[in-house]
Amino acid sequence: MPGPLDLLRKIGAPTVDRIWRLGFAARFFFAILTHSGTAFRRLPLTLREIYFSGVLSLLIILVSGLFVGLVLGLQGYETLQRYGSTEALGILVALSLVRELGPVVAGLLFASRAGSSITAEIGLMKTTEQLKAMDMMAVNPLARVVAPRFWGGVVSMPLLAAMFSAMGVFGGWLIGVVFIGVDDGAFWSQMQSSVDFRYDILNGIIKSVVFGFAVSLIAVFEGYDAVPTAEGVSRAITRTVVTSAMTILALDFILTSFMFRGTS
Amino acid sequence: MNRTVIDLWVGFFVALGIAAVLFLALKVGNLSAAHLSETYVLQAKFDNIGGLKVRGPVRSAGVLVGRIADIRFDPESYQAVVTMNIDGRYRFPRDTFASIYTAGLLGEQYIGFDVGGDEKMLQPGDTVKMTQSAVVLEKLISQFLFGKAAEGQDSK
Repeated sequence: MPGPLDLLRKIGAPTVDRIWRLGFAARFFFAILTHSGTAFRRLPLTLREIYFSGVLSLLIILVSGLFVGLVLGLQGYETLQRYGSTEALGILVALSLVRELGPVVAGLLFASRAGSSITAEIGLMKTTEQLKAMDMMAVNPLARVVAPRFWGGVVSMPLLAAMFSAMGVFGGWLIGVVFIGVDDGAFWSQMQSSVDFRYDILNGIIKSVVFGFAVSLIAVFEGYDAVPTAEGVSRAITRTVVTSAMTILALDFILTSFMFRGTS
Repeated sequence: MNRTVIDLWVGFFVALGIAAVLFLALKVGNLSAAHLSETYVLQAKFDNIGGLKVRGPVRSAGVLVGRIADIRFDPESYQAVVTMNIDGRYRFPRDTFASIYTAGLLGEQYIGFDVGGDEKMLQPGDTVKMTQSAVVLEKLISQFLFGKAAEGQDSK
């Protein structure tokens, strides 16, 4: 018979479980950091992971960046036209990409393209007991498998975000200048006069580095912590994408409130 | 250890990433333009700075000659003290007039230098003596309205 005690148990058990997992994730993060020596000493291991999570994500990042830029160009022109300030299109496209859309959208794409495959790989290694076999051979799976994937993601993410922003600016230029006919000089000079390197671009890069750490940690952790069954791995992949997306957006809000307070 | 195809791709990827950052820094941002290599400091006191911002431009004859480094309130004279970094290539006479202008109707505010004819130049650290505050639109409107009202009384 379900009484109030059962209800309490139903709420309490998942809560304790979540906090437990959070603590384990934190310990896991420090374990990765202490075992990353191998990832840097045996650079080909990490290079291979940069190849898989970075180079193979190039297409999706570049194409998405181009289309986001095209849409920003069209929508921005539509609105700015009403105020007769279409020359400000460059500012609009560049600032929204460099500050927000570049890091955030690239982060979301990176989580679903690279994060999910990292989780799947590690989860399947765990399911087929490859990680245990490594442990038996005195090879630490944290150092050999997890750390290179983690650092590969951390390195790839800011580069991908920068490419996304650059591609987006190109897309905005294509729509604004080439197709609609905004003045080329005004487009670039207005952009250059209001996009500050330290305030806008560097803060955007910092954001993408933070997202890189977050997504890579979530991806390797979910894979390592997956229930070693086919169903468990598929759930872990889903959790990677969902948790990464929420973490990116929440972190973005926190970072933005620190970086851009409007009191310059 | 041999070079592999993956190394080539990773190298290509990293080079592309660095190129994107450089593009953002040089073409999108103003790292090249705003980098005033040698600057000196000038100060100016204003009664009202309006919407002037730190990092805002300082122009003379419409050309960017410096940037605003700091804005603070002087509790003794109750004025705003604006510190500017001026490009070291340019010197201005001592009777230079510093005014706050607005670029366009809704644009940013900037400090404009109207140059006088003095033989002596402003030295680094000097204060620009003659300043004109920002035009506050409400004041302007109320002056106009009161002026109109006064005119109406006179004509009666």
